[in-house]
Parts: sequence; structure tokens; C-alpha cells
Amino acid sequence: MIDWRNLSADWLDARKLASNPPNLRNAFVIALLAILALLPIYSALTGNYFLVTLFTRILILALAAVSLNLIMGFGGMVSFGHAAYLGIGGYVVGILAKEGINSGFVQWPLALIVSGLFALGVGALCLRTRGVYFIMITLAFAQMVYYVAIGLDRYGGDDGLTINKRSQFIDAVNLSNKTVFYYVCFALLLAVVYLVWRLVNSRFGLVIQGARSNDRRMRAIGFPTFRYKLVCFVIAGVLCGLSGVLLANHTSFISPAMMQWTRSGDLIVMAVLGGMGSVFGPVVGAVAFLLLEEVLSSVTEYSGIILGPMLLGVVLFARGGIDGILKDHSRG
Amino acid sequence: MLYLIEQCLNGVQLGMLLFLLAAGLTLIFGIMDLVNLAHGSLYMVGAYLAATFAALTGSFVAGLVLGLIATLAVGIVLEVVAIRPLYGRDHLDHVLGTFGLLLFFNDIVRWIWGPAGMTLSLPSQMLAAVQVLPGVFYPMYRIVIILATLAVGGLLYVLVMRTRIGMLIRAGASNREMVSALGINITLLYTLVFGLGAALAGFAGMIAAPISFVQIGMGENILILAFVVIIIGGIGSIRGAFVASIIVGLIDTLGRAFLPDLARNFLSYSAGSSLGPALSSMLIYMLMAGVLVFRPEGLFPASRK
Repeated sequence: MIDWRNLSADWLDARKLASNPPNLRNAFVIALLAILALLPIYSALTGNYFLVTLFTRILILALAAVSLNLIMGFGGMVSFGHAAYLGIGGYVVGILAKEGINSGFVQWPLALIVSGLFALGVGALCLRTRGVYFIMITLAFAQMVYYVAIGLDRYGGDDGLTINKRSQFIDAVNLSNKTVFYYVCFALLLAVVYLVWRLVNSRFGLVIQGARSNDRRMRAIGFPTFRYKLVCFVIAGVLCGLSGVLLANHTSFISPAMMQWTRSGDLIVMAVLGGMGSVFGPVVGAVAFLLLEEVLSSVTEYSGIILGPMLLGVVLFARGGIDGILKDHSRG
Repeated sequence: MLYLIEQCLNGVQLGMLLFLLAAGLTLIFGIMDLVNLAHGSLYMVGAYLAATFAALTGSFVAGLVLGLIATLAVGIVLEVVAIRPLYGRDHLDHVLGTFGLLLFFNDIVRWIWGPAGMTLSLPSQMLAAVQVLPGVFYPMYRIVIILATLAVGGLLYVLVMRTRIGMLIRAGASNREMVSALGINITLLYTLVFGLGAALAGFAGMIAAPISFVQIGMGENILILAFVVIIIGGIGSIRGAFVASIIVGLIDTLGRAFLPDLARNFLSYSAGSSLGPALSSMLIYMLMAGVLVFRPEGLFPASRK
């Protein structure tokens, strides 16, 4: 049984929060989860299916943001190339579908494996460096994947490729049904959040976090931090590949635009906006950021004029993100 | 053979544009320790401003000069208003903050100039082709680009290595606290360096404008190429940036020109046609990976640390 109250807790006060009564921050998380869980029912009652489509997208990108936060928030590895895994996961599904293989039992594992292998290669190179090098190199490799996708003439090149059929599983799980697909995404998001939460609170997670604050010291104690970080990097890549699989199924379309480098930037924004210190923060960030984007783009064509300075404001004045604000209030 | 020479010149010309961007980036990084994603936006703003002034005055050169001054001003205002609070914070903050600026610039340019993009047309005497070698003709304007950037690079060298300001810049890069302790106005120095970087980026954008197209987001892909250049050359090193930009320019251009044909020779025609373009776009990233394996600090690491 999952103890929901703990999910929002960052690793330092995880134990403290478990013994404390629910505060504003946990109430917020529970309310958000309840809304997400009940949303398709609301849509079915009001007939507003746009909401389900919008929130499916939000859930999928939230999953990607959670996976990014595993390496960025807990491991201190700022990857500016995370959208590449969205693209890789998506392209594996799209390419297989184009070649006539629609079974999800083939598509999904293969997509995760390819994402993991790419993460392994990139990670092995990037983790030799630190700081700003790491940011630029992850960005550059993601850009490489982007250009390779543009070069794939058979699979649509620049224009992308329409996927005729969503991944086929057993009859009971029909992904073409919007509500079913929404709940599949929701369940996977919860599973990933739970997995990441277990991971960061495990011995493995503590080593990763130790390496973030002082890599040399961790090595001196005797931890081969490179291997730990590489494994962490690969896990994040696989999880984000899953998000790409879902995204391709959601839009029934793949194109290089899925992994445009600004998408990697968006993922970082979601993680930071929600709060990097907690596992659940990026979900809050994804909901906030994508809803904001949606609202702004319905009001004005030039949403960047408002969004851009707002980001700068978050960086300068609200570094802890929404989670940080809630935490401050909880402490009263 | 003629084609090869022409493609080499194209490669050098792309490399020179990259150098203008990379030099500014690497200066800003080396001295202020700032990752600036909005650098590509200044490239775009420079191109738009030059195209606008050229259209207003009817003169290409006047457009460039006014555009350059205006970009410098934009850079300085940007530094004072938005960049200054970011100094001394961690790199993630820089990435996020300047990513926000990039979104801002893209949409404000679209708001002011519209989504359609612009063209900056050359004066007629620039359209001619010159004979660079017996039998080899090359567009005059591309030669001008190469020479102009070489001149700018030379000026930059003199500025950094032979003047008092350059001495302060180098001193600031190696120990900023000491420089400010000695009574140098480090805030002003930072503003100047940022303005210089902005002007270089803007200049690159405006001289690239006639051979490409002035449009939203034009600076983004070339910015990432400039990152690759910096990684290969070594962060903080202008010399490294210069050598690496020419290498990257040449490899990228020659790869795109010849690799698809080569792939067709070795593989079947259809496999070669589909793999060739994908492979050629990977070349510079493979080079980057190779440099990272053998020299993680880049080919010409800056001497600090």
C-alpha cells in the first residue's frame, strides 16, 4: 500500500513528515491526485473530451519531467537533452508500426531498451565531465538525434510520420479508447513516481545524492560514483523513453519536433517550477506549466513575452518552485 | 576537384560564422562563468535590426553599422536588466533564466516584425563571382564574409591581448575578486564583455542574413553548433574556439556534400540515400564524442584551473 502522504516529501524530511499530521503541502498533492483521478469522469459527464486529451498530454510530459528530476534534482546532473528520449521512444513505436509490428509487447520493451542503450552511451561520455560541459554535451547529443530523425527519409524525415494504429495489447486494454489510455498514463505516472521515490530513498539514491553534494568525498569513502551515476542516468533515460512511447501513442504521430531542444528546456522548466527537491514536484510543475501555456496561448499569440520573464522571475525569486512555496507555508 | 575547393571555402565560411558566435559565448563563459542560451537570440536580433535599418536607409553598409550599434545597445540593456542578477548563481539557474529570455526574444521579435521573416539583400557589386583560383569561381560575398570575420578575429585578438581593457578581461577571467579588490569596476567590465559578445553574435547574424533567411529561431541551431565548437575547442579559450570552428565548419560542410555519395558507393543506392544524410549530420557530434574521450578539457583548454 502506498502511503501518499510521503510522496511529496523530500528525502531529508521524509521521516519527519511521516510522523507529522498532513500539512498544506500534502493536502495539495492529494487534492491534485484526486482531480487527476476523477477528470475523465467529469469529462464524460460534461462531454468535454478536450480536457482528457489535454491532461493525457500533461500526464505524459509529467512522467518525462519526473524522470529528468531523478538525475537533475537528486543526482545534480543537469541534462539539457532529455527530449531525445521522448523522440527515441516515440520513433521506435512509429518505425515498428510503419513496418507492420503493432504489438505493444514488442514495441514497448524495444523502445525502453533503445532508450536505455542511448542513455548508456551518452552517459558514459557525459559523466566524464561536469557542470557546464555536461549541460552542453547532453544538448549536443540530443541535437544529433534530432538531425538523424530529420535524415530518416523513409520515416517521414522533417515532416514526421503518422502512426495508423496505437500499440496493441490484450483486448481488455484498448489504447484507442481515450479514457482507457488516460488511465494507463495515469497508472504509469504513479508507478514511476513510486519507483523514483523508492529509488531516491534507497541506499542507491543516497549514494547519488551524496555524489551531488560532494563527489570527491563519496569516492574517498569508497563508492564508485561514476557507475552509480551512470546507472541513474540510464534509468532516467528508460523512464523518459516510456514517456516517448506514450506520447507517440497519444498523438499517433512522430516527428523530429518531438525532440526539439526547446522541449528539453520545457522539461527542465517543469521540474524546477514544481520543485526539484521532491519526487512529486515535477508533476505539479508539469500541470502548472502546461496549463499556463494553454491559457496564455488562448489569450495571446505571443505567450513567450509573458512566459519568458516569468521564468526569469522564478529563477530569481522562487528557486524552490511551487513545492518550496508550499513548504514555506506549511512551516508557517 | 573544383567542387571540393568550393565546398572547402563554404566550410571555412560557416566556420567563421561559428567563430563569431563561439568567441562571444566562450568570453562570456570564461569571464562571467555564465551559460547564455540567449546568445542565439542576439544573433537573430542582429539580423532583424540590420535588415530593418538597411531597408530604411537603402544602404547595406549603413544597415550593418546601425544594426551593430543597436545590437550592442540591446546587449547592454539585456545585461543590466536581466543577466546581472544571474552572476554567481549555479548553471541550472543560467540555463533556465536565459531559456526564458530566449522565449521572450522569439515572441517579441514575432510581435514587432511579424511571423513572415525578412530578407536582407546585397548591393549589386557583391553578387558577382570572383575567380579565386584559375577556373574556380566563388561568390564575392562569401569571400567578404571570410575576410571580414578574419579581420574581426584579428581585432578581437588585439583587443584581448594588447590593450588595457583586454588585460582586465584576462585578469577578470583568472581571478575576479582580485581584480575588483584592485579597484577595477568589475560590474562595468562585465557589462562591456557581455556587450562585446552580443555585438559579435549580432554581427554574425547580420552577415549571415543575405545568404540565409532572416527568421524567428534562426539563431538556435547555430547556437548549438557553437556549443559543440566550444566543447571541442575548450571552454574559455578563444584560440580553441577559432581552430574548432574551422574544423567543425569544414567537417559539417564536407560531410553533407560528400558523405551521401560515398555511402551510396559502399552500400546499395537506396540504403545510401537514406543513411547518408543521417550519417553526415552525426559527424561533428562523433568528433565531439571523440574529443571528449581523449581530451575531456577540449583541444586548447584555457589555462585557468
